[in-house]
Amino acid sequence: MSANSTSRRAPLLALYAVFVFAFIYSPIVVLVLYSFNRDGVGGFPPRHFTLNWYTQLFADSSIWDSVLNSLMVAAGSVALSLTLGLLAALALDRADFPGKALFRRLVLLPLILPGIITGLSLLMFAVFAGVQLRLLTVFWGHGTALISVATTELFAGLQKLDRAQEEASLDLGATPWQTFWRITLPNLKLSLIAAALLIFTLSMDEIAVTFFLIGRDNTLPLEIWARLRLGITPEINAISTLIFAVSVALIVIWYRLRARSLGDRSQEFLEQLGETS
Amino acid sequence: MSASPANPAQELPAEGAELLEVRNIAKRFGAVDVLKNISLNIASGEFLTLLGESGSGKTTLLRLIAGFEQPSSGEIWMGGARLDVLPPYKRRVNTVFQNYALFPHLSARDNVAYGLRVKNTPGREINGRVEEALRMVKMLDFAANRPSKLSGGQQQRIALARALVNRPQLLLLDEPLSALDANLRKQMQSELKSLQREIGITFLFVTHDQEEAMALSDRIALLRDGALEQVASPREIYAHPATAYTAQFIGQTNLLRGEIRGSIATCGALRWPLEGTDGPAMFSLRPEAIRICTDGKRQTNEVKFRATVRQQFYGGSSELLEVDCGNGQTLRVRVPARGPLTGEHDFVFSMAEAIRVQE
Repeated sequence: MSANSTSRRAPLLALYAVFVFAFIYSPIVVLVLYSFNRDGVGGFPPRHFTLNWYTQLFADSSIWDSVLNSLMVAAGSVALSLTLGLLAALALDRADFPGKALFRRLVLLPLILPGIITGLSLLMFAVFAGVQLRLLTVFWGHGTALISVATTELFAGLQKLDRAQEEASLDLGATPWQTFWRITLPNLKLSLIAAALLIFTLSMDEIAVTFFLIGRDNTLPLEIWARLRLGITPEINAISTLIFAVSVALIVIWYRLRARSLGDRSQEFLEQLGETS
Repeated sequence: MSASPANPAQELPAEGAELLEVRNIAKRFGAVDVLKNISLNIASGEFLTLLGESGSGKTTLLRLIAGFEQPSSGEIWMGGARLDVLPPYKRRVNTVFQNYALFPHLSARDNVAYGLRVKNTPGREINGRVEEALRMVKMLDFAANRPSKLSGGQQQRIALARALVNRPQLLLLDEPLSALDANLRKQMQSELKSLQREIGITFLFVTHDQEEAMALSDRIALLRDGALEQVASPREIYAHPATAYTAQFIGQTNLLRGEIRGSIATCGALRWPLEGTDGPAMFSLRPEAIRICTDGKRQTNEVKFRATVRQQFYGGSSELLEVDCGNGQTLRVRVPARGPLTGEHDFVFSMAEAIRVQE
């Protein structure tokens, strides 16, 4: 209803929106188109369709090594940051302790901290501790930097949880431990999956922190970056197109899950709005 | 539900024996005294209702007994043992929550089975007892449904079954019917009452609805601002309210402010002999205790007064009159339905019906 009246009143706004979206998305469209262009990155507009660059890409073992590295780091980061993030979120949601405000800020700080700072400080720590740089240090960097993302997501999930359910569980004779596994965690399932997807995506394309902590093995973004120094190749366009496709898929799944986890409550909220108005 | 012989600890105490004792319980939240020195006994098999307005502390008292809150001072005993020192999951007490708090990710059957599962009850026993509990609340046909697929009344039944399947010594019910519409509420009241008689479990029921309390309870404990105003059977509390607050909260009443002097009670135009020390006094006189006196004669134990009918509210079987006794003193009178009424009439009431109450 309100959307209708807005578009009627402001036709310029629609035009403006088209320009903004064109500005944001046309580079990506060009990138995708060129990944199918026989003439490579030269020659506009693209004239001949080809899958050659993809064939070349699939034969390129160093790219796939870096993809595997990235997947391992991302999976590890998800596990680490979800575990620690869940504990931090539980503390923020339930516990009352001196210094809680400070704790909250410290946990959430990495969210706003520039990656360069996080990366540099972790590098200095690694050097100081005499740890050799390799994939493990990258995993360690991502995992710690992304705890704050996990904490935020899971804290929001815990806040939405109906505490009466946990009381009901205790009331029925379940210990706090049983209650956590049988009631709290299942109710947090959607938040956990959403957080995992988000963290996975963020870890997959992380550069700043990775750059400081990487050893001999490259992650995918660093491999791409290294190759770019030798000039843009259509192969890079092809792998970027694939990354884009996977990211979009993950974001769509994440969004759907989030909408579903909010679904029941937003419905209730809407009904309440209807009653009061 | 018969107690399982395999578990003698589950034997219920004899009917009428004391089950729960609340001793001088106080609860403070910050600077607010939510409960002030509450002492209350509940007998085994009893249906006791905690009645009070919102904010009177009735839900807090229930949560103290369930173990979700700790008392600031005082003790709670059940069956001869301290209860308030135990965590909620070690208390032989189960709760039916106000909004049911069913587990949304479990089917109705799994909701009911939950309490038995977490206590590692053998699978065969679980099946039997869950079946029995579902049958008791007439929900066998809906056992496979998730709570979101059940109506309010059905959720209510599952919440009840989920609590009762554990065979608690004491069942706490926190305004369990408040979310239901009026017709369904009446029906559930009657089912709750017969269920309680049938299984003989002690019910501690919280409500703000005085009619519900009157209809269901063996005894009512009326709470006001965190203190017990009166504890008595519904009939007793209606017939003999101890305070003006009780008289007004439970049913309708006329509060007569006056005084006693020289063994005569005087409240405006009303005067009757009453033994008592001289001084101000207050009386509660129920509207239905007053009747129209058609022949002008009164019995010796009755008080007669003349008043003008100002308003008449038709109520089907009865009507409520607002009458003016002069000097602006207004009384409400409930009489059997008898058609329109105007002008001056004689009214009488029995002296014994004017109950002296505390302010």
